[in-house]
Amino acid sequence: MSQKLLLDKAHVEGIRTYDVYRREGGYRAVEKAIKMGPEAIVEEVKKSGLRGRGGAGFPAGMKWSFIAKPEGVPRHLVCNADESEPGTFKDRYLMEFLPHLLIEGLIVSSFALGSNATYIYIRGEYAWIVDILEHAIEEARAHNFVGKNILGSGFDCEIYVHRGAGAYICGEETALIESLEGKRGNPRIKPPFPAIQGVWLRPTVVNNVETLAAVVPIINMGGEEYAKIGVGKSTGTKLMSACGNINKPGVYEIDMTISVEEFIYSDEYCGGIPNGKRLKACIPGGSSVPILPANLLLKTAKGETRYMNYESLSDGGFATGSMMGSGGFIVLDEDQCVVKNTYTFARFYRHESCGQCSPCREGTGWMEKLLLRLENGAGKLSDIDLLWDIQRKIEGNTICPLGDAAAWPVAAAIRHFRDEFEWHVFHPDEAVKRNYGLAHYADAIHVPATV
Amino acid sequence: MAEQQLFKVTIDNITIEVPSGTTILNAARKIGGDVAPPAMCYYSKLQGSGGKCRTCLVEVSKGSEKDPRPMPKLVASCRTTVMDGMEVKNITSPKVLDARAGVVEFLLLNHPLDCPICDQAGECHLQDLSYDHGKEGTRYEFQRRTFKKHDIGPYIQLHMTRCILCYRCVYVADQLTNKREHGILDRGDHSEIATMIEKSLENDFIGNVIDVCPVGALTDRTFRFKNRVWFLKPMDAHRNCPTCSGKVTLWNRGDEVFRVTARKDEWGEVESLEDGKPAWICNTCRFDKKHTNDWVIEGPRMINRQSVISAGHYQGNVGLNKPTEIFEAVHSGRHPKVMLDIHSVSEVNKPDIELSLIEGPAHSTDFNSNKD
Ligand code: SF4
Ligand code: FES
Repeated sequence: MSQKLLLDKAHVEGIRTYDVYRREGGYRAVEKAIKMGPEAIVEEVKKSGLRGRGGAGFPAGMKWSFIAKPEGVPRHLVCNADESEPGTFKDRYLMEFLPHLLIEGLIVSSFALGSNATYIYIRGEYAWIVDILEHAIEEARAHNFVGKNILGSGFDCEIYVHRGAGAYICGEETALIESLEGKRGNPRIKPPFPAIQGVWLRPTVVNNVETLAAVVPIINMGGEEYAKIGVGKSTGTKLMSACGNINKPGVYEIDMTISVEEFIYSDEYCGGIPNGKRLKACIPGGSSVPILPANLLLKTAKGETRYMNYESLSDGGFATGSMMGSGGFIVLDEDQCVVKNTYTFARFYRHESCGQCSPCREGTGWMEKLLLRLENGAGKLSDIDLLWDIQRKIEGNTICPLGDAAAWPVAAAIRHFRDEFEWHVFHPDEAVKRNYGLAHYADAIHVPATV
Repeated sequence: MAEQQLFKVTIDNITIEVPSGTTILNAARKIGGDVAPPAMCYYSKLQGSGGKCRTCLVEVSKGSEKDPRPMPKLVASCRTTVMDGMEVKNITSPKVLDARAGVVEFLLLNHPLDCPICDQAGECHLQDLSYDHGKEGTRYEFQRRTFKKHDIGPYIQLHMTRCILCYRCVYVADQLTNKREHGILDRGDHSEIATMIEKSLENDFIGNVIDVCPVGALTDRTFRFKNRVWFLKPMDAHRNCPTCSGKVTLWNRGDEVFRVTARKDEWGEVESLEDGKPAWICNTCRFDKKHTNDWVIEGPRMINRQSVISAGHYQGNVGLNKPTEIFEAVHSGRHPKVMLDIHSVSEVNKPDIELSLIEGPAHSTDFNSNKD
């Protein structure tokens, strides 16, 4: 049983309320942090090696140290709770069941960054969580953890919950900032980066919910202790939201030393694949990361076991690896169709593109149409190459990462499952009736011996 | 004021010194010619513009003298400032040309290609761009996205099908008028320029959106279908205007004024006045002063870069003389009507038939006047 740092108290009855949370040791991190002072907190977070949990995996302490500190200009911390990547639902769980953990993390982080007005930008669809968070903030305020002169330290911090209006793009940090300012949620052109000019052109740090919650155990146990959990540059614990063809979908906290195989098959986590089906493919980090066939998922191209951490999941780059992403672990069994899955993602990205820059605006729609045609058995062989060319011309040429996120799943699907696409072209009648099945996607990969 | 620092930047192997803070695009424009990347959305006189169309992507092969690492991705030259010692590749980079071809293809994907009936034809940046960087066919085999056209007020017509979402008109309304009344609705490939609730755009300076629109999405209703721009002669003129600078370009045929626009420089942007402010013009000058005696004519206007218009070689001999009417000569004195008003005498190309809404190529039956 691996160690839990975030969800360890999730099942304590009434943990959502201040009294129980406090009784279970909550808000100790705030008391400790106030004594430590801002610099020391940033130092601890740096030592912890904590990486951003929103998808990019950028070291949080480093991000914090980039924030500009011009005299007389307020700074802001913004919590990115606009969790809307298909397959990702870990932040929802955290906010719904442990709202005080997030509030505590927010206060410690606000204190470290000097933010007197901190925002939680929450996905519009999470309407009920807004009430939970606001209630928790009021409770914390009643005990002087939020508001004026927190615990007599002279530090003021207000936390505001701001609802988005249902746009995936507002999870991109600069689009989030625009939206928070009351504008159309278009990503900004960088530079300047938010650390220099963010909300209302003031220095801003935007962090994911899980990242900010993880600050609490880091302060409580110390950065060095935290860094001992996990492996290499994947320190601490990570929340994974597992879904798809598994026996036990849900949110799991893992320390990043377990193997992918263990995560899928052990009873502690996903509990294997239902109905005795076999594993075909998996998208290990949310819809935008590359899909991997079973054989490359469980073992790297070098034939080594693949583990659930940043480095191991991305071993082999995009050619034979994937990414940790936001931790949305989607499992496909032998009955699933990769073409259809890719089409579904493409449809999502077409719908969610902000429409600002041309490659993403036009390219996502084009890919969707081609994929639908292929899925319906009306595609041509040349469509597959065309798709490849389109994704290549979107990737890297757009303002924000949504273009990349739309291109990668298509690229990876074609890279690893080209014969399934071709089968759709060559067997149009069959393709609408049945799926391609497991084919050779779980066969062991030949690893050339190294000399 | 401290002397401004000069940065050395090399674009396509040509080195130039520019003040710090200059963008790669503007540095390249100083060199001029093919080295200047095409720019469909950037407009130097509009704050915050640029970065959207991605036609101006370039490769930075050396970041700067201090940090020579190349930039990992292509960058939008209109929004990236130069560093000292930077090396940039535009037309010398196969990567750039490839990406640009992609962008052009994307921009044309849903474009109706209705140039034959578009007022912008001949001075359209998208047309120029496609000639320079486009392919002759399309790989798109689906129905194009269409919108209904809208008259937004008495002066301006919006053809959303032609829009490339460059946001320039939005910035004009933001920066030139007191209250912006139009913007982008919806998102992605279904986003559109709109006024939300049907509204007319009538602010004194709103006519400038026509000038900044790189395509034929916003056109001048008072000029609609009156003539082709390449048949017109651009003349610089001015008048004493209480609202704007009154410095304009008249587009004449003989002594008839067909339309009035702001004076545009070689990049298609409004020229600056002596005080450095852009010479935007007001609606009165643009829409209501259509007689030569409203104006003091300064002389013919040189047009370069705009291939079709400059093909007329108007510089030099023009003045106010009426051109020789070749038609009259070849028709032994008869004056055929076809030249100017094709729609009232022809069965084809009726403006009331929206070409872009017809699936596939248009047929004569689409224009049949007996059709109910
Ligand atoms: S209408 Fe014209 S100026 Fe406005 S966004 Fe579209 S193309 Fe640009
Ligand atoms: S001109 Fe630079 S992106 Fe459009």
